Amino acid sequence: MPHLENMVLCRESQVATLQSLFGERHHFSFPSIFIYGHTASGKTYVTQTLLKTLELPHVFVNCVECFTLRLLLEQILNRLSHLSSSEDGYCTEITCDTFNDFVRLFKQVTKAESLKDQTVYIVLDKAEYLRDMEANLLPGFLRLQELTDRNVTVIFLSEIVWEKFRPNTGCFEPFVLYFPDYSIGNLQKILSHDHPPEYSADFYAAYINILLGVFYTVCRDLKELRHLAVLNFPKYCEPVVKGEASERDTRKLWRNIEPHLKKAMQTVYLREISSSQWEKLQNDDTDPGQLKGLSAYTHVELPYYSKFILIAAYLASYNPARTDKRFFLKHHGKIKKTNFLKKHEKTSNHLLGPKPFPLDRLLAILYSIVDSRVAPTANIFSQITSLVTLQLLALVGHDDQLDGPKYKCTVSLDFIRAIARTVNFDIIKYLYDFL
Amino acid sequence: MDLRKPHAMSVLGCFVFKPNLKKRKISVPIEDYFSARNNESEDSKLRFETYQLMWQQMKSETERLQEELNKNLFDNLIEFLQKSHSGFQKNSRNWGFQIKLREIPTAALVLGVNVTDHELIFRSLTEALQNNVTPHVVSLQAKDCPDIKHFLQKLVSQLMNCCVDVKSKEEESVQVTQKKTHCSMDLLSNWYKTVTQKTEPKIPSKKRTTSSQWHSPPVVLILKDMESFTTKVLQDFILMSSQHLHEFPLILIFGIATSPIIIHRLLPHAVSSLLCIELFQSLSCKEHLTSVLDKLLLTTHFPFKVNEKVLQVLTNIFLYHDFSIQNFIKGLQLSLLEHFYSQPLSVLCCNLPEAKRRINFLSANQCENIRRLPSFRRYVEKQASEKQVALLTNERFLKEETQSLLENLHVYHVNYFLALKCLHNFTSSLPKYPLGRQIRELYCTCLEKNIWDSEEYASALQLLRMLAKDELMTILQKCSSVFKSSSEKQLGSTAKKIEEFLAQFQSLDADAKEEEDSSGSQPKGLQKTDLYHLQKSLLEMKELRRTSKKQTKFEVLREKVVNFIDSLVRDYLSPPETQPLHEVVYFSAAHTLREHLNAAPRIALHTALNNPYYYLKNEALKSEEGCIPNIAPDICIAYKLHLECSRLINLVDWSEAFATVVTAAEKVDADSTPSEEMNEIIQYPFISSTMVPEHTELPANALWEETQDGSSSSVPATHMGEPDLNSWLPASAWPSFSCCGF
Repeated sequence: MPHLENMVLCRESQVATLQSLFGERHHFSFPSIFIYGHTASGKTYVTQTLLKTLELPHVFVNCVECFTLRLLLEQILNRLSHLSSSEDGYCTEITCDTFNDFVRLFKQVTKAESLKDQTVYIVLDKAEYLRDMEANLLPGFLRLQELTDRNVTVIFLSEIVWEKFRPNTGCFEPFVLYFPDYSIGNLQKILSHDHPPEYSADFYAAYINILLGVFYTVCRDLKELRHLAVLNFPKYCEPVVKGEASERDTRKLWRNIEPHLKKAMQTVYLREISSSQWEKLQNDDTDPGQLKGLSAYTHVELPYYSKFILIAAYLASYNPARTDKRFFLKHHGKIKKTNFLKKHEKTSNHLLGPKPFPLDRLLAILYSIVDSRVAPTANIFSQITSLVTLQLLALVGHDDQLDGPKYKCTVSLDFIRAIARTVNFDIIKYLYDFL
Repeated sequence: MDLRKPHAMSVLGCFVFKPNLKKRKISVPIEDYFSARNNESEDSKLRFETYQLMWQQMKSETERLQEELNKNLFDNLIEFLQKSHSGFQKNSRNWGFQIKLREIPTAALVLGVNVTDHELIFRSLTEALQNNVTPHVVSLQAKDCPDIKHFLQKLVSQLMNCCVDVKSKEEESVQVTQKKTHCSMDLLSNWYKTVTQKTEPKIPSKKRTTSSQWHSPPVVLILKDMESFTTKVLQDFILMSSQHLHEFPLILIFGIATSPIIIHRLLPHAVSSLLCIELFQSLSCKEHLTSVLDKLLLTTHFPFKVNEKVLQVLTNIFLYHDFSIQNFIKGLQLSLLEHFYSQPLSVLCCNLPEAKRRINFLSANQCENIRRLPSFRRYVEKQASEKQVALLTNERFLKEETQSLLENLHVYHVNYFLALKCLHNFTSSLPKYPLGRQIRELYCTCLEKNIWDSEEYASALQLLRMLAKDELMTILQKCSSVFKSSSEKQLGSTAKKIEEFLAQFQSLDADAKEEEDSSGSQPKGLQKTDLYHLQKSLLEMKELRRTSKKQTKFEVLREKVVNFIDSLVRDYLSPPETQPLHEVVYFSAAHTLREHLNAAPRIALHTALNNPYYYLKNEALKSEEGCIPNIAPDICIAYKLHLECSRLINLVDWSEAFATVVTAAEKVDADSTPSEEMNEIIQYPFISSTMVPEHTELPANALWEETQDGSSSSVPATHMGEPDLNSWLPASAWPSFSCCGF
């Protein structure tokens, strides 16, 4: 079938396997097929094109959208009944709450003339979401053919291997098909395939070659690469449009585009700068360095006491409680770190992550690090709560615990150092790890 | 406080934080409160009306300001939305467009940590979007959307409701029945299709000209608190809606309080690559505060002023605690209310002509109030003796004098703010900001004392004497624009003088050029010599310079300018306490304000337990230090007894002591030992009062174990859950305490 080969590139063996599995229209096919592979390895596309071009009766459902059992089952049934009754336009909303009902209704729906004597395909995209739903769902779909006694095949599409799915009981092993990642050659071929009509295929292929040279090390996602290719193509064509270079002048074109692509890798690819902003920059021909990315805005303006509360929380999270005396009492005497340490404390606290601390310890540290006297007013307490809602602190344990709540400080060392600098507080001097 | 009145408590409780006019009108008592303490003769009604009028004016002024400040942000945002949506609409057959990823246009709106202010911004944003971009604007909060199901449910119900407003009501019933059953993206896209089809035939119908230009307006979804949303909900929703983008044109707005990095922290790359994120930042809240102060306090538009302490309290709460403009304005409202409530003479705190009119109708009582004002007494003492007598005895003369004094006060303020702004222009650019960077700091110092006596002022002047010419000129230009912008014609000569200075500086330029030409030949003196000669000639030159230390023209002029600003300050920036009748317009009860706005729950609790009279106002409870009255509430007695012991209390001793105190009065008349029955009656209140363990910081946990196996096991276990004792408010609810004493 030459038509199909034109539409599906570099997936010949998988297409052949699937086609042989499907067999003739009226043949019973394998009850369930599990297809997995990385993001953008053509799972959905291949399945969809295959079913469409072969004009097989099928239902395509994305499991992300169907977050409840009911939604999933109803969607399948409704689409099926739509398929079967498309000629006379007769269609009612089917309601279905359980898998049991589903099996019953499925039998009814597939009784229709148009669906008789041929395999019906149900494709469940993003099948990993099924694992979070009811336990009987996955085994049920796996042996749907057996349960309904109809000619039906369920195809699962997922990015996760089958081993992570396998339910404990009642499992029917599906046919597992792996879609390997595209090689660089494959990518080159596929990307060059959709060249713009104004330019020759060779010209675009040369561009794709350069693009892959830059991006292949960081990104093999076909969709993303395609997107990037389209975004940056105008820049590549620029010398040609201006008449400074011919289409064959690869070296000149390369010199023009390469730094541009590298910049794109640091900005657009990470979504630091949005695609539309990037296009605008290209059109205006300004230096992309001027536009600050999202990560450049790390600074958070906080009220004065909030800063100190955050600092106190950080200290409480990363210092062992026993050392508080040494840091916050005036006449603590000298404690040598080596003698003082317990065995498990020898590893850096920063490697272990923040530890929970009670509210009272936070307040005690707060009072000792703020120069002026702080009254324990309602405002101080509400600031702690609002720091929690801002996700700078995290409440440990349940919300209901009112007395002696425990918190963790979730900010990074760099962040807290920046905060401490604004209030002239040398936080490093107070951190046990940096003693 | 009359608690029997319906809603009396609720009105009090929410008054400071949620001024709701309708509610106030229904339960009239507020007005009565004004007259409750002071008798009718002191114009309580008039004062209340003045308060209301002025608050309305202030409120509308702040709202206008808010709108103005947000305008820029909103305009940018609307432009972004329109642009990104029209990108959709073009639906160009263009090659790139078909291959490119369909990204959801997303505006990351960084609003700052003052979460309390966000609600207002979102409200006006929604309004602006509905007027300019699309009727379909939905905003969601994280707490309503714990999972994707609720998320979609909220989204669907809000969308359908907001479109019902626009369309006829008939469809409502049809849609409502549909909605509860299942909310999926299919439903949404179907709904969208029907809505757009319906609007299409009647394009030139309504006033929504801009939005109906597009055949299909986008759906804008505002996520108010991005930080609190869970990763899963956001991720699923974005995955879902990006699949349906072509039939359901969605635009997202993320409300971010901290920093935009949160987007990357919440969303994995696979998801964030589906978004086309652009960043929008709102004005910093400190700048916002400056403009609010400028519009409300640093102006003669509103006669009401606050003194240095009150301003300190308000700005400290803002800067140290919450960064919330809303709370700041609420605080200001509270001061306004408190001023009109507690100061009988505040009836004169209105615009000048009205105040003059009101003076004529002042009662004898009020005249007496005027005479009692400390500032007025000081003023009287300075007058000649005949005038003194006249002021103290003749009511009509007093009224005339008061009128002129009020007028003086008004003029003083006009001059004061002009001079203050001038001084601020001079000092705000100095290195290290000796007098503060913001005008509010300067204002605080000026309110507090004679600023020219302070060291900082001296050092600021010192620094001013070192300014370069262009700096000085820009400052002078700013000053002259300050004078130009003010409508008042006071200080006209000063404005003229500044203009003169500017002209002189400009003429200096011309002079300097000539001078340069003449002195151009001078520094030729250094020629190639040996070291000795070089040193010698350098020394000579130094000597020469010292002897000819004649000031240049510029230096002379600079000195003049500095002296000029100094005299301006000395003439006009004297603190308001020096002005007679300043009490009429200045609110000074900082401690009341602090009590209300910055409440300390632990301290209040201690006071209540230690000194119940403070809150209950029952004369019988009045007692001297250290003595425990037996009629005090049981819990107070228990608390006081526990205070007497240091760390650990023996439960039996405590119970004994409690019994002794409670029965102290009875013992006097019936000198018998309390019976068994009596004992149990006493035990019960004692045990129930020891049930408040954690918050009074009693060492109760240890005690309880003792009680459980002890004799007093008769206490019902349900007692533990007694609502008034154990259901402590969460920390976030504490601020609402602050108005209880109101």
